Order: sequence, then structure tokens, then C-alpha cells
Amino acid sequence: MDGVTQIDSAIPQEEWLYSGHAACAGCGAAQALRLALKGLGGRTMLVIVASCSTPIAGNFPFSALKVPLMHIAFEAGGATGSGVRAALDQKGIEDVNVVVWAGDGGTFDIGLQSLSGAAERNEDIIYVCYDNEAYMNTGIQRSSATPWGCWTTTTPATSMKDLPKKDIMRIMASHRIPYAATATPAYPKDLIEKMRKAAKMKGTRFFHILAPCPTGWHFPSELGVKISRLAVETKVFPLYEVTVGEQYRLNHVPKGLPVKEYLAPQGRFGHLSKEDIRIIQKNIDESWDRLMKKVHDSGIEWP
Amino acid sequence: MKAVLLGSYAVAHGARVSMVEVIAAYPITPQTSIVEKLAEFCSNGTLRARFVTVESEHSAMAACIGASTAGARAFTATSSQGLALMHELLHWAAGARLPIVLANANRALAAPWSIGTDHTDSLSQRDTGWLQFYCESCQECLDTTIQAFKIAEAVSLPVMINLDGFILTHTSEPVDIPEVDRVASYLPPFDPEYKLDVEEPWAFSAGMIGPYAQHYMNFRSKMQDCMEQAKTVAEKADEEFGDVFGRRYGVVNEYCCDDADVVVVGAGTMASTVRAVVKQLRQKSIKAGALKIRMFRPFPSEIVRDILGNAKKVALIDRNLSPGSGGIFFQEVKSSLYPLRNRPQVFGFLTGLGGKDVTPEVITEIIDYTLSHDEPIKDYIWMGLLK
Repeated sequence: MDGVTQIDSAIPQEEWLYSGHAACAGCGAAQALRLALKGLGGRTMLVIVASCSTPIAGNFPFSALKVPLMHIAFEAGGATGSGVRAALDQKGIEDVNVVVWAGDGGTFDIGLQSLSGAAERNEDIIYVCYDNEAYMNTGIQRSSATPWGCWTTTTPATSMKDLPKKDIMRIMASHRIPYAATATPAYPKDLIEKMRKAAKMKGTRFFHILAPCPTGWHFPSELGVKISRLAVETKVFPLYEVTVGEQYRLNHVPKGLPVKEYLAPQGRFGHLSKEDIRIIQKNIDESWDRLMKKVHDSGIEWP
Repeated sequence: MKAVLLGSYAVAHGARVSMVEVIAAYPITPQTSIVEKLAEFCSNGTLRARFVTVESEHSAMAACIGASTAGARAFTATSSQGLALMHELLHWAAGARLPIVLANANRALAAPWSIGTDHTDSLSQRDTGWLQFYCESCQECLDTTIQAFKIAEAVSLPVMINLDGFILTHTSEPVDIPEVDRVASYLPPFDPEYKLDVEEPWAFSAGMIGPYAQHYMNFRSKMQDCMEQAKTVAEKADEEFGDVFGRRYGVVNEYCCDDADVVVVGAGTMASTVRAVVKQLRQKSIKAGALKIRMFRPFPSEIVRDILGNAKKVALIDRNLSPGSGGIFFQEVKSSLYPLRNRPQVFGFLTGLGGKDVTPEVITEIIDYTLSHDEPIKDYIWMGLLK
């Protein structure tokens, strides 16, 4: 390039989330929102479900976003997005992404019915669940997205959560929606490309984004990206996509690092015994095998 | 065009001629026939609207909120348990200042299960910020649906139309169905100043938390101002409706109240029965009168005070119960009369709950009781309890 340094153009330079938003330092949700909008572009409307993203989006009379948005109650994301899309359809506006932006509580728990309804109707919306694995906005209470062994304020270390995390991707795949994908801010190109891909499709598209939370997971705020990378490389959070509920494609081959490398920097797992970590490793390996079976059955080559 | 229509179909025609753009609804007895008819209109092309077949009433209201925020005229219908399930989002719709119209088929709340008429379902939503109308006939159901959009869009608040379950939803009457063009001359297309728009990226219902919390009370104060304005807006909408279609209802309807010794006050279908009883009593020189309260929110206190101020006694029939207090219309009417120096005695009667008929005999008994007692012994008297 004759001495000119080419910057990576896969990541658009345009910002849709302003600096000065109200997220904590190192917030995975804010990273996810910033990257998602880089992929989706400005012809996007957001339905923000009650979550940490409610304050992040800004207090009246301000907005932290350069795209239009509406807030809505905790359990109403899928249906509200359906209503917005219905109105746009009536007005003949087809080239706008209707994006529901919800946390794990608003998706796995209280909003699951509304989301399932929208998915069953194959509403033409993109539903993004940014998953920080607990109710962070109310102060770190367990949700059905909280993983086995995890500390939260309602599952203290002495009675840690002894139930597995709900498999939201399998639930969504069972609705046979056109597209479902996992992503995490440590892999921005993957996240942005998947958003672009989803934006070109019609029907219900679902994203499960792991969004590490320094405040709730108890790690230094500069480690968020590293931890989300470790989640992928330890197979805790594989990057994959599912087409029409059947075709599983792995997007990144993980190194298969031991899970303790992911758990160790996080205070929320600080109480775990060696035996607990062995159980977690076993669970991770088993769920990886289940996923790989689906990938192989799909007959799609690994990346 | 004249047709014989069920009350529920009259509401559906009202929504059709108002050219609603998005309908989101969930089935519940005795409302279902409203949305079935609307689904038929959408499928045969008589109405160019999107029908969103949501999985719950909560989602029905959420979809209406989304659609209305994006600038579409939105409609839903429900009843009883369904309205109760919507409760959270009824507050949201009003707080977000969205002119959604909802038809509620009044039905008793469980437990125990009942599907009969009862006004407690809608009256227990009185503080959500929705305007409320109570209808008496199938024609009024259709006309009020059209008026509801006119009023809602003028004051940026949602409107609930109430019709007695079965008694009105499933009664057929001859109804004049106005032509779409004529309705369009009365009700122009919904074109809100602010809506979701990628060209103007507004944020709707943003937080008012921490240092921004002070805005919240101002927003509530504006909502109350608009509710006050709605009193005259509703009267004007009714007047204009009369000019175009030749039918008027008023926010209340009075009959023989001027010189009445006793005025019977009620809402919904019982109003027709009360009027018939009053007519008979007048023939026997008994000075009875009838007042139907058509608009419950905002409560037309000034009008009610003017009409009832001349009466010696008021007999209030409540087809609802606020346990621990009594009848809900009773509370509203009594507090409306308080500023008067010489207030009539107000007798509160509870009857017709869970679909029990409010018959001419019951109404006659209520009037007899009121005339034969100088003052009420307590705030509520049950009529028609099983022995």
C-alpha cells in the first residue's frame, strides 16, 4: 500500500451510540449496542426493554443514540417490536430495521412469552438479547441465564446457583425462525457481519450476545473484552448461527482452553471449589458435544 | 347503510369506518366477536389494517403501544381478566400519551369465574389515565368508537369504550353504519407530530431518574391538564358528530331531571331500563328522573353537579364494587356534589354484579326505597341478594 496504513474497514467508523452514555466503564452491553448499530446502520429503530440499557440510552430530555428509540416495560419486547413493524408495514416503510434490545431477564425470564409469540408469528424484527447473566440493573440478582455455580445477590456463595443456564438458542431454534446467532464484543467483525446478514433477511432474527459485566461479574473494567474472548475460547460461549432452526454453523473454532481460565478472573466464581470447576468443565464439554452434533448433522463445513 | 348488528359487531364497524391501521388482540369471552369481525374485515379487504394475533392481552396492548408510537391508528378489544392483565401497559399507553382506542366488554372478574356483566373490570382501571365511556345501545357503540379516536387524537390520551358483556355485545339492534368517506370528513387520518422516524431520531418515554426525576411530576400535571381539556373536547366531538351524522349522546344524558324528587343515576345498558321506569312513574305523577353517566373519565363533575343540584334525592345504581368502600360511581357522584351548599341525599345501591339483571322491578324497588327514607342509613344497600 506504498507506505499507507490501511485501517480495518470491516468495522464502520460511524458511531450511533454517543460517548457520554450512562453505562459503567467496561460495560459489555454498551459495547454490544455500539457494534450492533455499526452493523445495522442508521435506518434502524430500537425498542428498548427495561434493563441496564434503559439508563444507558439516556435520561429525558437527552438521548445517547443517533437512531430513534422507544422504551417499553420489561416483558413486552417481542410484542412492542411487532407493533412497530405493523405500523411501518401499513405505511409502506420496508427498509428500516425494527430492533428489540433486551437483557437476559427481559428475554429468558419475564419477556419469554412475548418473544415466543413474536417468533411464532415470524414477525419481521431483529431481537437482540444482550446477556450479562443476571439482573444487573436491579443489583445482580440471578436470572435463568445465570450459569451453574455462579454467585449473585440472590444466590450467595453459600447457596450458589445449582441449576444450569437456560439454553435460549435451542428455544429460539425450536421456533424455526429464519436466523439465530450468538456473538460477543470480543469478536467485533463477527458481530457486525452477523448483524449485516440478519438485516438483509426477513422474519424473526434472534441474537444472543454475551455481554460481560464488570460490576456484576466482579472483574476489573479493562478485562471485559478479554473475558468475552475467553468465554469463546473455553467453549463456554461458542460463536455459531442457526438457520431456520436446523442448520447449525460454527463461526469460530475455539482453542478449547480449560474453563478455569475463564472463571478465574471473575469474582462471581471466586468461591468455587476444584470439584465445582471440574463439574463446570464437564458440563461445558457435554454442551459443546451437543452443539457439535448439530453442526455435523447440518453437514456444514467448519470455518 | 342500515343493518341489524350485535353490539360487538357495531364496535367492529366503528373501528373499520375509522380506518384503524393496526389491530392487536387476544380472544376472551364476551369480547371475541369484536375481533373476529375485524379479522374478517382485514381478510376480505374491507379494512386495510394489520391484524396482529398476539399471544396475550398484555402483548395486545404492547403491540398497540409500538404501533401508535410509530404513528399508526391502533385498536384493541378485551374484557375482564384480559383488561386486568393489560393493567401495567394501560398506565404505559396513557403515560406515553398514545391515542389508542380499546373496547372493553364489561365482565365480572374472577375468582370465582363469572362471565356476566359487571363494571368493576373497567372501573378498577380508573386511575390509569384512560378516558372511559359507557355505552347503552348498539348504535352508541359504533358512534362512540368513531368519537373515541377523534377525542383521543385531540388530547393525546387513550380511550376505553365500555359495553356491557352479553347484554350489549350479544344483542342485535338496527344500526346505521356511516360511510367511510363521511367518517373521514369527521375524523382525519392520524398524523402525530412526534413518531418513531429515522429522519428525526426521538427517544420516547426516556427515563426521568436521579437529577431528571423532577420532570416526571410536570408530565403528570400535563396529563391532568389534558384530561380536563378532554371534558370540552368530548362535548365538542359529540356536537360535531351530531352535525355530520345527526346523532348526539352528550357526556351525560338526563331525562326528566329538572323537577325530580329522585334522580336515578347509572351507566351502561341499565340506563335504558331506568328511563323506561321513570317514564311509567311520571305517568303516575311520581317525580322521578334519570341520569346516565356516559363519560366516566374525565368525570364530568360540573355537569353532574348542575343536574343533580336541583334534585331532592339521588338513587345511585352501581354495577360494580370497590370492596371496603362500596359503589364507584357513588364515590364520584358524591364528591362532585360536595361543593354545593344544599346537597341532595345520595342513596347508593349495589346490584347487577356478575351479570344479574337490573330489571324494572329492581329499579322500582330502588326508587320506592329512596322516596320512603329521609336519609340513607349507610353508603351502600345491596339489592337482589339471594335469601
